[in-house]
Amino acid sequence: MTVTTQTVMVTVDGVAVEVPAGTLVIRVAEMLGTAIPRFCDHPLLEPVAACRMCLVEIEGQGKPQPSCAIVVADGMVIKTQHTSELAEKAQAGVMEFLLINHPLDCPICDKGGECPLQNQAMTSGQSETRFLGTKRTFPKPINVSAQVLLDRERCVSCARCTRFADEIAGDPFIELLERGANQQVGISEDQPFDSYFSGNTIQICPVGALTSAKYRFRSRPFDLVSAPTACEHCASGCALRTDVRRNSVMRRLAWDAPEVNEEWNCDKGRFAFPYTGQARLTQPLVRDADGNLVPTSWPEALRIAAAGLAKTGAATGVLTGGRVTIEDAHAYASFARDVLGTNDVDFRARPVSNEETAFLANYVAGTPLDVTYGDLETATSVLLVGFEPEDESPIVFLRLRKAALKANTKVYSVAPYASAGLAKMKGKLLVAGPRDEVTVINNSAANLSGRDSIILVGERAAQTPGALKAVADLAQATGARLAWIPRRAGDRGALDAGLLPIGGRNTTDIISATGTKVKGLLIGGVSPEDVVGDLLNAISQADFVVSLETRHTEVTALADVVLPVAVVTEKNGTFRNWEGRDRSFNAVTPMPGSISDAAVLGEIANELDKDLSVSDYWASVAKPTLVAESPVTTAISSGQAVLSTWRHLLDKGALQTGEPYLAATSRVAVVRLSPATAQALDLQDGASTTVSFADNTATALLIITAEMADDVVWIPANSEGSSLNLPSGSVVTVSQVSK
Amino acid sequence: MTLTPVLSAHWDEADSYKISGYQRHGGYTAFKKAFATGPDEIISIVKDSGLRGRGGAGFPTGLKWSFVPQGDNKPHYLVINADESEPGACKDTPLMMANPHSLIEGIIIAAYAMRANHAFIYIRGEIPHVFRRVDNAIREAYSAGYLGKNIMGSGFDLEVVLHAGAGAYICGEETALLDSLEGRRGQPRLKPPFPAVSGLYASPSCVNNVETIANIPYLINNGVEWFRSFGTEKSPGFKLFAVSGHVNRPGIYEAPLGITMRELLEHAGGVRNGHRVKFWLPGGSSVPMLTPDLLDTPLTYEDIAAAGSMLGTGTPMIFDETTSVVRAVTGWISFYKHESCGKCTPCREGTWWLSDVLHRFEAGHGTESDLDKLIDICEQIAGRSFCALGDAAATPFPAALKYFRDEFIQATSTPANVSYDPIAATVFAGASL
Repeated sequence: MTVTTQTVMVTVDGVAVEVPAGTLVIRVAEMLGTAIPRFCDHPLLEPVAACRMCLVEIEGQGKPQPSCAIVVADGMVIKTQHTSELAEKAQAGVMEFLLINHPLDCPICDKGGECPLQNQAMTSGQSETRFLGTKRTFPKPINVSAQVLLDRERCVSCARCTRFADEIAGDPFIELLERGANQQVGISEDQPFDSYFSGNTIQICPVGALTSAKYRFRSRPFDLVSAPTACEHCASGCALRTDVRRNSVMRRLAWDAPEVNEEWNCDKGRFAFPYTGQARLTQPLVRDADGNLVPTSWPEALRIAAAGLAKTGAATGVLTGGRVTIEDAHAYASFARDVLGTNDVDFRARPVSNEETAFLANYVAGTPLDVTYGDLETATSVLLVGFEPEDESPIVFLRLRKAALKANTKVYSVAPYASAGLAKMKGKLLVAGPRDEVTVINNSAANLSGRDSIILVGERAAQTPGALKAVADLAQATGARLAWIPRRAGDRGALDAGLLPIGGRNTTDIISATGTKVKGLLIGGVSPEDVVGDLLNAISQADFVVSLETRHTEVTALADVVLPVAVVTEKNGTFRNWEGRDRSFNAVTPMPGSISDAAVLGEIANELDKDLSVSDYWASVAKPTLVAESPVTTAISSGQAVLSTWRHLLDKGALQTGEPYLAATSRVAVVRLSPATAQALDLQDGASTTVSFADNTATALLIITAEMADDVVWIPANSEGSSLNLPSGSVVTVSQVSK
Repeated sequence: MTLTPVLSAHWDEADSYKISGYQRHGGYTAFKKAFATGPDEIISIVKDSGLRGRGGAGFPTGLKWSFVPQGDNKPHYLVINADESEPGACKDTPLMMANPHSLIEGIIIAAYAMRANHAFIYIRGEIPHVFRRVDNAIREAYSAGYLGKNIMGSGFDLEVVLHAGAGAYICGEETALLDSLEGRRGQPRLKPPFPAVSGLYASPSCVNNVETIANIPYLINNGVEWFRSFGTEKSPGFKLFAVSGHVNRPGIYEAPLGITMRELLEHAGGVRNGHRVKFWLPGGSSVPMLTPDLLDTPLTYEDIAAAGSMLGTGTPMIFDETTSVVRAVTGWISFYKHESCGKCTPCREGTWWLSDVLHRFEAGHGTESDLDKLIDICEQIAGRSFCALGDAAATPFPAALKYFRDEFIQATSTPANVSYDPIAATVFAGASL
């Protein structure tokens, strides 16, 4: 056998093996199927060698060595606990030390039953304690954040949580404090554990020290039925594990998907699931003679829906929302085009443009897997346009941060100010207010170099006329690869299924034409505050409205027929993430009578003697030409500024209801202005500031932000205290709250 | 063997700590000589001298300097470990009080040799008068043009920064010291990379003890042969022996390495009158104790090691027969428990457990089986912990048990304070109060 320079020969417990140079001893043992006990070791974190549980004997070394931190050397002879008394005794000693102060509260500990300490105490520990003193105790639990609770006496000081927060999330707000046996995880007095990824610390805690307020004392691991699922909250496409007890979801964990989310997920994906069980619609509803919504039978409701939609026919607008599975999306597409005969169909429940329609049709829809997470990790440079990864696709954020730290990938962001997330990606701001974005995009070719560069364009680019055309031209000119990252989990699949108004009206136009050209509406999961125009008014203007919903909403309150549909936990389906990668899942809490949008639409089609089919819409349709829309030139008067806005990851979103601990970790809404603009508007840092547009106002504290675009005001959309749901680019009035 | 005051030669002069006092006896001539000699040659001289680190480990100083890579276009840092915190060790502190300029001149030469333009002195913050004195000495050196830009027209720049530690024994461990100096919590770093490759601010660094560096000017001025005329082949040079405990004249005695404890004891006026040596420790609490029959062992790295202990910091502690071994060991272990940084399990939990059991012995509640358990705990700490603090914590008890098992057996029924009147062991015992 030829040993190249990239591999070395080592012996583990008498077995010779050739491994890549640079491999850690503990990984070599894993490759051979030998489990060395460990606590602080985590394959995605830097070695720390703190717990000393993984001590092994290495020939030539007098002392046992931590296998999690020792890199193999050629000819190294390693003996694990299986062949070395020294290693076995050292491990038993460390286990004994770990247990002397560890409480024997396994029966009431959340981790009991799935606890590495418990398991390894069985494999490497003794059955009786030699410790006769009084165990160290702490008041318990204490809050590390609203969601993350800490039982200090259970902690083994492995520093996995603090290393995760520091290395992976870039939120080093938890740290080990004090020393010796009093060492404990803690937060600073004046800085909360402000991290979108805090839940991962709970998952990687090898003991029950970190628990979530959501799950604490709710279940025992052995009572749970677990299933691999996919996250419905954004287009990142995380693999999850959903744990169910008595047909209700108890918790969700990040699951292993090295090519997508590695082993992490965000707190929204982890904790925002109570909506699935709350105030659900259980029966179809129709209008009675007095116009009241009343429960009825499925056959009755389907008959009325079919009859109404048959009447409005091609004059029906179909708004599906961005949370549909691919299966549901195909059903909506077929129902709109084959059953109703309309092209007024749009999945985009947000500000849209015809420029975006053409962009998506030409550059995104139906394209195979191209730019992947793996490509982000090795890219030389990444340009972000209309896209704030930490808020809008957190796993993309994590991967870009990893790329920046490990591969020196340069991240550039066309944005009004340098966000904290951009700093964590070591990114550089290409400062641009909504009106400068096109110019800045046009001037950023120097930051890109061929196929190793990637342009990530977010759905918000649709709010800037000309931006998507500029992005397409930039990709063409530089050879950089292009990927579009929407916010919602169903967006990419919906697009691929054809839920785009080619030759029809887009979301905004459907709403404005309802009552005139558009007579009927078929609405999926769309919230009125998400779209431009008055959806509720449109519903009241329509002749006939069918709503497919999971819960009572403002839309169902006005609809003529309300058909309850299944949430993700009750159906099988597939989300296609931003890469174009399919993420399939099965029902984890199946409910009799709870059926998917596709099944409901199929039944209505049945009533009309039609069939739904799955077709490759993009193979045959003529794609519209991408033309830049003309820039907005509304004058900015004194006291006004151009709005720039996006949503925080944790906001007032419909799928985040019922989780107060999660909501308490959301970011506080602030108003941002550049120093010059603040001065022009006569506003001081910290002032309570109102941003208003007609009757629509939002108030938050002002943070004067250096290196920010002038004449621009930034405020989060749809946050607590700030529900100014307007598109970026709107001209708004900014003023101090009168005392 | 007679005393050979070099570092301490002029401590009796009123201005020994001032630049004038230092210069009266040839101070600040060595660095000019060094500048004329060249950095690589200086490293060779220090290597040839056989000077070993005076901080406890006894690592050859010249070899340590030579580990700092040269021509790598990175900043290099010299860091002086002035965080003297070992129980029983009090030699760097008096040295910095009485002769701080020998340290500063040593820093100039050492920094020049390893091409460092920045030196840091990490000093115990709990002793403000030493901080002030070293601070003043640095100011004097700057005023004289011995520090700063282009020192004496040599083209060599050196900035010296004095940093006060916040009071942690662990910060005497060189990598924990570096973390603390960078503003982090003082906890030891994973090695490799070693400080010589990636130390302070991820740059090549060298951490040296105060006394080691203070030796350098005298070595450069007087040469390798002169230096090697003191001490032994493997332990050349002289040493500040800080003798403490039950002796008539505790204090600093500078003598060649190889002087015996008995000779040192004579210089220190012998054991308290009417008492006899019960046990002694050659260099701080982190080395195993020795018995009176070993008082003739030469105080060298090699001879003390052969006798079953370590020279350590070279600060012998003498205990007479009024001392309770149980109480002494319990005190030391309490110290290690308090100072364990908490990073690794064996040290964090092991010292906590040792302290728990030993306090029971001190109270007369130990059991015989506890003794085996204590030995077992020590074995599970030593060689398993992250840094040498754990090894140090595992050291006092096994030696104590080896020589004084009866006393521990006694402590299974009688409290230490009953067996050994604590008042009798104090300095003021027998004094007319």
